[in-house]
Amino acid sequence: MRQGLAPRLVLLVYLLLLMLPIYWLVNMSLRTNSEIMSGLVLWPHHPTLAKYRAIFNDPSWVHAFGVSLTYVAINTVISVAVALPAAYAFNRYRFIGDKHLFFWLLTNLMAPAAVFAMPFFQLYYAVGLFDTVWAVALAHCLFNVPLAVWILEGFVGGVPREIDETAAIDGYSFPRFFIRIFLPLIANGVGVTAFFCFMFSWVEELLATTLTSSNALPFAAVMTRSYSASGMDWALLASAGVLTMIPGAVVIWFVRNHIAKGFALGRV
Amino acid sequence: MARIKLDGIAHAYLSHPRSDEDYALKPLHHVWEQGMAYALLGPSGCGKTTLLNIISGLVTPSEGRLFFDETDVTHLPTEQRNIAQVFQFPVIYDTMTVAQNLAFPLKNRKLPKPIIARRVAEIAAMLDLTRDLNRRARGLTADAKQKISLGRGLVRADVSAVLFDEPLTVIDPALKWELRSKLKAVHRALDLLMIYVTHDQIEALTFADKVVVMNEGRAVQIGTPEDLFERPEHTFVGYFIGSPGMNLMSAKVSGSRALVDGSELQLGSAYPSLATGGRVQVGVRPDYTSLTAGAGLPVQVRRIADLGRKRLAYVTLGSHQIVATVPPDMASVADQANVTFDPAHTHVYVDDIRVAGVAA
Amino acid sequence: MTEKPINNRAWLFTLPVLAFVLFSSIIPMMTVVNYSVQDTMGANHFFWNGAGWFRDLLNPSTEIGARFNDALFRTLAFSLTALLVEVPLGIAMALCIPRKGWVVGVSLVVMALPMLIPWNVVGTIWQIFTRADIGLFGAALTGLGINYNVTQNAVSAWITIVIIDVWHWTPLVILLSYAGLRAIPDAFYQAARIDGASRWAVFLNIELPKLQKVLVIAVLLRFMQTFMIYTEPVVVTGGGPGSATTFLSIDLVKIALGQVDLGNAAAMSLVYYLITLTVCWIFYTIMAQIERRRDA
Repeated sequence: MRQGLAPRLVLLVYLLLLMLPIYWLVNMSLRTNSEIMSGLVLWPHHPTLAKYRAIFNDPSWVHAFGVSLTYVAINTVISVAVALPAAYAFNRYRFIGDKHLFFWLLTNLMAPAAVFAMPFFQLYYAVGLFDTVWAVALAHCLFNVPLAVWILEGFVGGVPREIDETAAIDGYSFPRFFIRIFLPLIANGVGVTAFFCFMFSWVEELLATTLTSSNALPFAAVMTRSYSASGMDWALLASAGVLTMIPGAVVIWFVRNHIAKGFALGRV
Repeated sequence: MARIKLDGIAHAYLSHPRSDEDYALKPLHHVWEQGMAYALLGPSGCGKTTLLNIISGLVTPSEGRLFFDETDVTHLPTEQRNIAQVFQFPVIYDTMTVAQNLAFPLKNRKLPKPIIARRVAEIAAMLDLTRDLNRRARGLTADAKQKISLGRGLVRADVSAVLFDEPLTVIDPALKWELRSKLKAVHRALDLLMIYVTHDQIEALTFADKVVVMNEGRAVQIGTPEDLFERPEHTFVGYFIGSPGMNLMSAKVSGSRALVDGSELQLGSAYPSLATGGRVQVGVRPDYTSLTAGAGLPVQVRRIADLGRKRLAYVTLGSHQIVATVPPDMASVADQANVTFDPAHTHVYVDDIRVAGVAA
Repeated sequence: MTEKPINNRAWLFTLPVLAFVLFSSIIPMMTVVNYSVQDTMGANHFFWNGAGWFRDLLNPSTEIGARFNDALFRTLAFSLTALLVEVPLGIAMALCIPRKGWVVGVSLVVMALPMLIPWNVVGTIWQIFTRADIGLFGAALTGLGINYNVTQNAVSAWITIVIIDVWHWTPLVILLSYAGLRAIPDAFYQAARIDGASRWAVFLNIELPKLQKVLVIAVLLRFMQTFMIYTEPVVVTGGGPGSATTFLSIDLVKIALGQVDLGNAAAMSLVYYLITLTVCWIFYTIMAQIERRRDA
């Protein structure tokens, strides 16, 4: 309509450039190390899934992948559950210190993980949670809980207060109202929030590796062990990398219709 | 100055419309005379905004042709059509002052500064905006912002028509009247063709010289407010115009008498040959339906509504629920009463279209 | 909008969040504060050091002070550079996405992908991509005769980290800007057409003003993330060559976890944290200002 050809072309070029490094990784993952070192080619001439098979057959890799998925899932559930009542409170009521609390939550969102690496290490060691999925799941709450509150508060704001008032008049107790009436109305928002919590927990690496050592090693940590006697195992590394992108791609696919709406967060 | 002619304009939002339902706007032929004020009146979804957007060029009609004077502008882009449009909510440039807002269209057409300044001053004076000329447009009230939107349209001397898309929607009720009067004053001063879309009949009837009543993509009747009130050509017009709308009763008509649920009433004209097989209805406005204590058709009174300057009786006549006016001298109303219909204002409709009778 | 009722019982709703914040940030920070004002002679024996660590840290002439200063400026320079590239690029790309149609869905999904890759894998991708022997980017640049070497050439390393960040995070700016643009009602564009405004005038007078709030959020998020960048430089350059790409987070982790220099690390953590708090507060105030002006 108002768009000419030029913006479309620019967009296309940008998207292609964006995919290029990812494509390159996939390219690497489908070849053997000797083939990689022998020369640079634009696509694998003899594609092989050998490295993928190696990963699937190696219990430490599989365990690590499971560990990563587990702490991300735990974290998402906790973050959303904890944030829901708080988001409701922030949007529907004024109370002493509400602005300050909200601001403080925001700063936690921005807190450098590096600042917390050492204290978390000592804290979780002290409570005996070191090297468990719970340590990472809880540690990620540092930024995910504020994020969840922030996003959910926007969505709560999208529901007219009249609905709350009507439910109260109709005799609903608050828990019943919240679960049966309110939650379905912000289901969208809960989905978007869960998506973001998943995203930021899945990608974080510093805390995940600092707080684990052998039992609960996340996938990222196992990846750094991809050295062999003959140097860096690039093909293995690449295959592992490609595998980490799959959960992300799956999740985006499921929320693809809500991405733009989600980023609006009710805040634009 | 322009007269706008619609030649078979129709529009379907789907690319391959199959049936009548797919058309948001059914084929329409109409001429909008220059200098007149028209209202496009109808319920939501009747196609009035689509029609307005076709005239302004924001939508290209899927069928038909549009003429400004004698020029075919059907495919001419909006910028070149010399029309102005005011939207439902004020559209102003936040970062500019009122004066800069008004000057914007002229600046884009590269007019010399003195001329721009003069035009801006003229239009601001006409719209009572002179005082606010150097204020940021952002901080003003909604009605002032709508005036700015209007002003941006009027500031171009060559504008031939002004289109309004429910412009009073976000205005405070107290200020609606003022803004309406201002619009009428502008109309008289500039003698422009104005087309005003609304779903509010009061706005339409007070603003327009002629009203186009639309329903489901069709122009159902075009006429002066009086025409629409006294002689609705379509039962929809009878129902939509007037508050409350027209009483409609299914009837059997023979000659100059009609039979409604066993009661007989006198018609103003004779209807010798009504097409058989159609749905026949008799329509009378509540204003011409009087409650009487004695003569008339027997009705059951359900309730009385006291509107201050008049009282309405909601009654049941046979199987029909109708509304009658209570004469001012009738002190109290019993449960059983009678109604009379003014034969001069009784209309006959076959399949929703009014049939003209012959002198009885 | 009706005023919100005052209800101090609402604190109950926030208790779970408070509990987590207590656990996740207050208690850890107390530990840090504790360490930052004490010194140890080893064997868990601590004595008060007051503001000693802080004085050393903020004094550029001491070793730790110089190191902190360098890292701070390095990080600020990096943040600024990244912002200067990502924000205009993000807005420009958002303008290229159509308002509706299948292109929208595909673009958004493709753009979201880089943000869902674990940060160490992002590092790995670029580690491979920038090598002259096995990476397309490295090979192409070297083939063009450019002296490009991430591990040995500081300029290469710097530019590479910026490119990685742009690749990784511009989509966030795009998505936020796009959401902001979509929120602009059609009527504004229509009115602009009727007013005969040029594309550039539409951008300056309609789109940019309406994007204010979104852009403030985007700048805040991006500044914060670049200010605490850690994983990607560590994987790709290891902080080198030398300390060319050793940003604040990397330095802090080296000191805190690598050596037994708890006092320095703690002081550095606190100062680092305070800087982020201040920046946050500035942005929060700006956002509140915009809100207030908008509601006026």
